[in-house]
Amino acid sequence: MYVAVKGGEAAIANAHRLLADRRRGDRSLPAISIAQIVAQLGLAVDRVMAEASLYDRSLAALAVTQARGDMIEAIFILRAYRTTLPRFGYAQPVDTADMKIERRVSATYKDLPGGQLLGPTFDYTHRLLDPSLLEDGPVDEPEQKDVGDAVTMRVSEILAGEGLIEPDGMLPEDHVPGDITREPLEFPLNRDLRLQALARGDEGFLLALAYSTQRGYARTHPFAGEIRIGEVEVEMDIPELGFAVSLGRIRVTECQMVNQFSGSAKQPPQFTRGYGLVFGQSERKAMAMALVDRALRAQEFGEDIVAPAQDEEFVISHSDNVQATGFVEHLKLPHYVDFQAELDLVRRMRREHVAAKSQGPKPDMKEAAE
Amino acid sequence: MTDLATYNFAYLDEQTKRMIRRAILKAIAIPGYQVPFASREMPMPYGWGTGGVQVTAAILGPDDVLKVIDQGADDTTNAVSIRAFFQKVANVAVTTKTKDATIIQTRHRIPEEKLGEGQTLVYQVPIPEPLRFLEPRETETRKMHALEEYGLMHVKLYEDIARNGHIATTYAYPVKVEGRYVMDPSPTPKFDNPKMHMSDALQLFGAGREKRIYAVPPHTQVVSLDFEDHPFEIQHFDKPCALCGAEQVYLDEVVLDDRGGRMFVCSDTDHCEDRRAHGHVGHLLAQEAAE
Repeated sequence: MYVAVKGGEAAIANAHRLLADRRRGDRSLPAISIAQIVAQLGLAVDRVMAEASLYDRSLAALAVTQARGDMIEAIFILRAYRTTLPRFGYAQPVDTADMKIERRVSATYKDLPGGQLLGPTFDYTHRLLDPSLLEDGPVDEPEQKDVGDAVTMRVSEILAGEGLIEPDGMLPEDHVPGDITREPLEFPLNRDLRLQALARGDEGFLLALAYSTQRGYARTHPFAGEIRIGEVEVEMDIPELGFAVSLGRIRVTECQMVNQFSGSAKQPPQFTRGYGLVFGQSERKAMAMALVDRALRAQEFGEDIVAPAQDEEFVISHSDNVQATGFVEHLKLPHYVDFQAELDLVRRMRREHVAAKSQGPKPDMKEAAE
Repeated sequence: MTDLATYNFAYLDEQTKRMIRRAILKAIAIPGYQVPFASREMPMPYGWGTGGVQVTAAILGPDDVLKVIDQGADDTTNAVSIRAFFQKVANVAVTTKTKDATIIQTRHRIPEEKLGEGQTLVYQVPIPEPLRFLEPRETETRKMHALEEYGLMHVKLYEDIARNGHIATTYAYPVKVEGRYVMDPSPTPKFDNPKMHMSDALQLFGAGREKRIYAVPPHTQVVSLDFEDHPFEIQHFDKPCALCGAEQVYLDEVVLDDRGGRMFVCSDTDHCEDRRAHGHVGHLLAQEAAE
């Protein structure tokens, strides 16, 4: 006898209990602490902070362990927490020229004021598995050049000095920056909103789009003008005080791409820019963001829109991995009511198909076809 | 970090609720029009009812009685999960009885029992734009709604008939609301479309991922699109419910064995249980009683 499926509640509770068990794994091994994740899986923590749009290393690490290392799940958990936080104000724009630089490379100049600084990079490592990590052996203390408090000039400023590159993006004086977490997106977007969406966009999605521009789907002739990673100060205006106070420092990765020049009869040719800025250390994401930003400016420069990476509505509507994973995965929810409706129609059409074959076309179908 | 888990009544903060209520009021004032709203991330995934949950959270009061269904049933896992969520964050009374509920959140069905005045039906909507599969760009579809340019939809329905002899849309069947906006009724089977017409209840639609809210106020015309020579018709089932004998209700097909055995039972579990409690017996239950 068929019994209507009851006990969804018990099933869910048991599933979550099993999930908790699998998350913890072998109890004879010590649990990973949040501090260990912050210290030793720092780039995972950075990615979660960036795509969740919340700068908090401990909470991001908590999300990583709670999600069993599933990055998108961790991003989702942290986003759902972020959205409940009260908004007490907006910070001043961070000044990346004033960054306390840990890494800074330019692909456009051999040497430049402030120098090239490799910093903690995977670049030029040989990707050979390192068995020495199996034992917790001693690790040498780093040797770093003291960059002091000197302001390191941006590469774009060097070019701008000669008028060779378009000025930094400008919006009208009275423009109030939008906030994609507080207002629904309406296309077409201003560049401020577009950059916000890209900054929290999925790294993999942006990487693939950026890659597509390099392979000819909206080529933008990019040069990595400058990539810099380091800490910047976040300041906020306090109306009662009448001046800005520091809220602390955050680590960010900034990428300025120098792209294909444009010019006209009125204006001499100039290089154009693509911009990427990401929480934490994530060069791949910042570079991909800069390439996609430039591709999305096609309309602004009167370029033909021929490729996915140039299509704002396509890119921005699909760059959010929390939205994407939810909707793709919702297909595992029951759909049997709708499926029943389709079954009914397909069965009816099959019956009619068989009948029509034996009798010739039905009069009303013929009529419709006419 | 220990005081993280303190949330406002019904999860959302009051400012957010006010923003959602404004969108709802606008939606009620312009029946069938999709109002953009600043949808929040919710603690369940996008596509799993975040729009419906935000609408419910914004209208829910401590005296409300909430019913949550998915596929017509109160005990499908996602319905259980959403009901548990509101019990947890709002400590609200819940029920499975359609007539006892003041707010019913639903996915893919409208209850069989006629809804009454004072009841609110909250639909979870995946894709609010009825024109989306004809025109993927939001910039275009908004223009089409503004200009009441719905020819494309009629062409699509006509092509269905030309190709298949039928309108091949069986769920999320487009409707016209109060003679103005073409609206997606959410992926309910077209069987449920007539229930939306001149309903005594308030019908609210929430699409979280797509950031849209729309509404059908009570006593509003909701007409399924069709042609004079191909009038709209709903699904009909050959057999009554095997458990309660109900006819003219929507049935789920249940596979009984690997030899083609099938049975059809009410998709609305509360309706089915209620009928059985009142002595109605379907053929399978009768057969079992006889054994």
